[in-house]
Amino acid sequence: MTLADQPYVTEEDGVMKVRTCAWSPPGDHPVGCGLILHVKDNKLIKVEGDPENPVTNGRVCPRCLALDEIVYSEERLQSPMVRDRSERGKNTWKKISWDEAYDILEDKIHEIWDKYGAESIFTLTGTGRESTLYAPVYGPAICNTPNGASTYAFSGEACYGPRATITNYLLGAGVPEIDWAQYWEDRYDHPGYEVPKYIIVWGKDPLYSSPDGFFGHSIIDLMKRGSKIITIDPRLTWLGAHAEYHLQLRPGTDAAVGMGLLRVIIKEGLYDKEFVDKWCYGFEELVEAVEEWTPEKVQEVAWVDPEQLVGAARAFATNAPSTATWGVALDQSKASTQAAQCFLALCSICGYIDVPGGVTITKPTSFIGKWRYDMMDVLDPEMAAKHIVDPDGKYALFNAGAAMGGVQGDTLLNWLEGKWADRPEYYPLKMCWIIGNNPLACMADQPQRWYKAMQDLDFIVAQDIFMTPTIMGLCDLVLPLSTFAEHEGLVTPNYGRNQHFIGAMNEAIVNPNTKSDLEILIDMGRRMRPELWEGMETPDKFFDAKLKENYGYGLDEVKAVPAKMSGYEYRKYEKGLIRDDGQPGFQTTTGRIELYSPILDAFGEKPVPYYEEPEFSHLSHPELADEFPLYYTTGGRHISMFHSEHRQAGTTMRRLHPWPLVTINPAVAARYGIEEGDWVEVTSPQGSMTQKAHLTEEVNEKFIHVEHAWWFPEQDPEAPNLYGVFKANANNLIPHESVSVTGYGAPYKNGICKIRKVSGLDHE
Amino acid sequence: MEYGMLINYGLCTGCDTCEVSCLKEKGLNADEWGIKVQQIGPKKLGGAWEWDYVPVPSRLCDLCAERRAQGKVAPCEMHCLAKVIEILPVDKIAERMVELGGKKVTCFMP
Ligand code: SF4
Ligand code: SF4
Ligand code: SF4
Repeated sequence: MTLADQPYVTEEDGVMKVRTCAWSPPGDHPVGCGLILHVKDNKLIKVEGDPENPVTNGRVCPRCLALDEIVYSEERLQSPMVRDRSERGKNTWKKISWDEAYDILEDKIHEIWDKYGAESIFTLTGTGRESTLYAPVYGPAICNTPNGASTYAFSGEACYGPRATITNYLLGAGVPEIDWAQYWEDRYDHPGYEVPKYIIVWGKDPLYSSPDGFFGHSIIDLMKRGSKIITIDPRLTWLGAHAEYHLQLRPGTDAAVGMGLLRVIIKEGLYDKEFVDKWCYGFEELVEAVEEWTPEKVQEVAWVDPEQLVGAARAFATNAPSTATWGVALDQSKASTQAAQCFLALCSICGYIDVPGGVTITKPTSFIGKWRYDMMDVLDPEMAAKHIVDPDGKYALFNAGAAMGGVQGDTLLNWLEGKWADRPEYYPLKMCWIIGNNPLACMADQPQRWYKAMQDLDFIVAQDIFMTPTIMGLCDLVLPLSTFAEHEGLVTPNYGRNQHFIGAMNEAIVNPNTKSDLEILIDMGRRMRPELWEGMETPDKFFDAKLKENYGYGLDEVKAVPAKMSGYEYRKYEKGLIRDDGQPGFQTTTGRIELYSPILDAFGEKPVPYYEEPEFSHLSHPELADEFPLYYTTGGRHISMFHSEHRQAGTTMRRLHPWPLVTINPAVAARYGIEEGDWVEVTSPQGSMTQKAHLTEEVNEKFIHVEHAWWFPEQDPEAPNLYGVFKANANNLIPHESVSVTGYGAPYKNGICKIRKVSGLDHE
Repeated sequence: MEYGMLINYGLCTGCDTCEVSCLKEKGLNADEWGIKVQQIGPKKLGGAWEWDYVPVPSRLCDLCAERRAQGKVAPCEMHCLAKVIEILPVDKIAERMVELGGKKVTCFMP
């Protein structure tokens, strides 16, 4: 079939208008916004929104509008390239064909299997991109290694994994999401739907980040329909400025605020007693755990104004239905587990789980998201047993692999650095495959240490759409990826953990030079472990087979509509629709929502929430308070950028936000003689980095905010500069292995620092 | 019939989508704009936070007359993430402003 004959294509004046759902690359999370790609003579000439898409109704954010600038960027990778291992860090790449690249990979993997064993290969994945679905399969189903799955160069797996895992255990469900009528074609008009009265937006700025599957500006849709906002965030965001309550907490003290909110609701008897009696486990223990968290104590520890705390608690609990959403900030502290327990308890005791206008939940994982976990079982037990874990037995909960299997990030760096070289279980790692990740720019705590530790590997391969500092610095082979306009795919919001629709990502332009993460997976899978890939020779066959297996319909049905909506059933726990055995209740050890978690107890974590002071704070280290008088937080996003992407010079996205900004309160800046646009060095006990000052009251006088994931594609690509990746890098500030006993949660967003004005990005 | 651009700027989030939509539609250079988003705040006024964005059309904005004549929606209006831009006949604008609740609504005739 030619493009013009496809059901998702219309033709107007010689221009093909190709309907698609956007995912990645470039960017992004599985939001799947409906787009119409205008194509003339196999060239993308314009991007418009798809007004018929029930979720986005024609809306598109700037990143997708400027997709053409990425597709046709001169800097884009258009051919596989190799470089001699001795030349790492030098721009001495040699172009080769795909066949040659695949041959090199095949030979290398065989060589390593024979010489060192498959376990000496590990894979690294990133966050958000569609590779999140496929990368975890590369380890087991191509390389036959137990050190793949969702392994990140990332302290405490501090993104999504902590929230997903804790929800798995406490609720027996996938990730909770607010009810924005996202499951139905008729959306807010759906019979039985109710608009949430209050929405708690906790540690998240979804308007600009559209995270995990949530179309951020739906919050505005809900505000227009009457929803009021409560924000819990150190920063004053635009949403916070438009909120009824803004709980401006000290970075990293989310659990204290959570316990404070719970205490108000419990003490004043504002919770849903019937729901608690019937469906929750361990309420008495929770009551005891939060007892000491008076509003005054919360203020002392977490800075939050008692009036705001009490007002927010009352408003949320007494206005049914209300809902709440949590962001990566809850993952990015050592106390991520406790913060998450509080969040889930709050939604649960108010009776907002799985009700109209409350919090939507589904089974833990579905469809391709589930397939990626099933594929981890294709290792023989002897090989699986070689999975790298901390030899001293740390991180039992992480290593049990609930929501995200893989090698715990801190353990991995320790292993690479040879910390356990004299242990009997130690073996050296030899090869790494990097899929959808640029760890030196984004994720890797102490990036210089990761850079050095990875240098020892024999062979490193990566795939991406652009050359990155990580590839330039470390890789021996690079494979060029296609953009989402150039390949077939399916969008699965929340990676299958709360999947309100399935969207077809349709190939609109043909680029013979590049391949998708899934194509590479299938091609190499069929070379290395053909027995696992029968009947799945192409992405289309793969999708068709998986759809039929899970839903009984095929790819054609998905391609025929703007978005294949999932539909939703409320109060599944009453109807036996969420437990595997079909009984009422929740898929947990107790059959109820666990306010007290026996599983956490079994893994050496406390079963109820408690407060632990961040490791680097003025309270933990009073002796450092003079030298590091400020707190910092990190990672707030500008809409034009997705993590380390969209930095290419001259593009509209970079022009919208040309420099990394350190946000400073004007009064603080005045004390240091810092003016708007000055370069400022930020130093924590762990390291330094430099960004440009932006003075605003979005931050108060006690803390600053720095951006993450910056590098400068216009700068010298070669080592040691590597596109300036270590200069403005927020992760220089972050400690290695300041994580909880679960193995989850690291303080990417909270620490102490000092600042000073400097002459430029490069300075003495 | 004269048209104007009504903007419910009380809910404009400064997402820059209108700006980029217009650049792409009109094929403008990097240093030009058909509409540009201006920021005011955040600053406390009378004890509450004031933080507004207002997209201001330039002399290059023709309200996409030609495109609308073909029955299509202007790209800034269609893509606006907060759905706060409406291009309307001027004699309908006052009525619509009231309908929107009259909170921080403005209009332009570029
Ligand atoms: S949120 Fe923005 S970048 Fe992501 S798919 Fe939607 S329009 Fe594209
Ligand atoms: S109406 Fe057309 S010309 Fe005017 S700002 Fe919108 S896109 Fe630009
Ligand atoms: S697109 Fe809409 S919400 Fe975004 S800046 Fe423009 S007017 Fe404001």
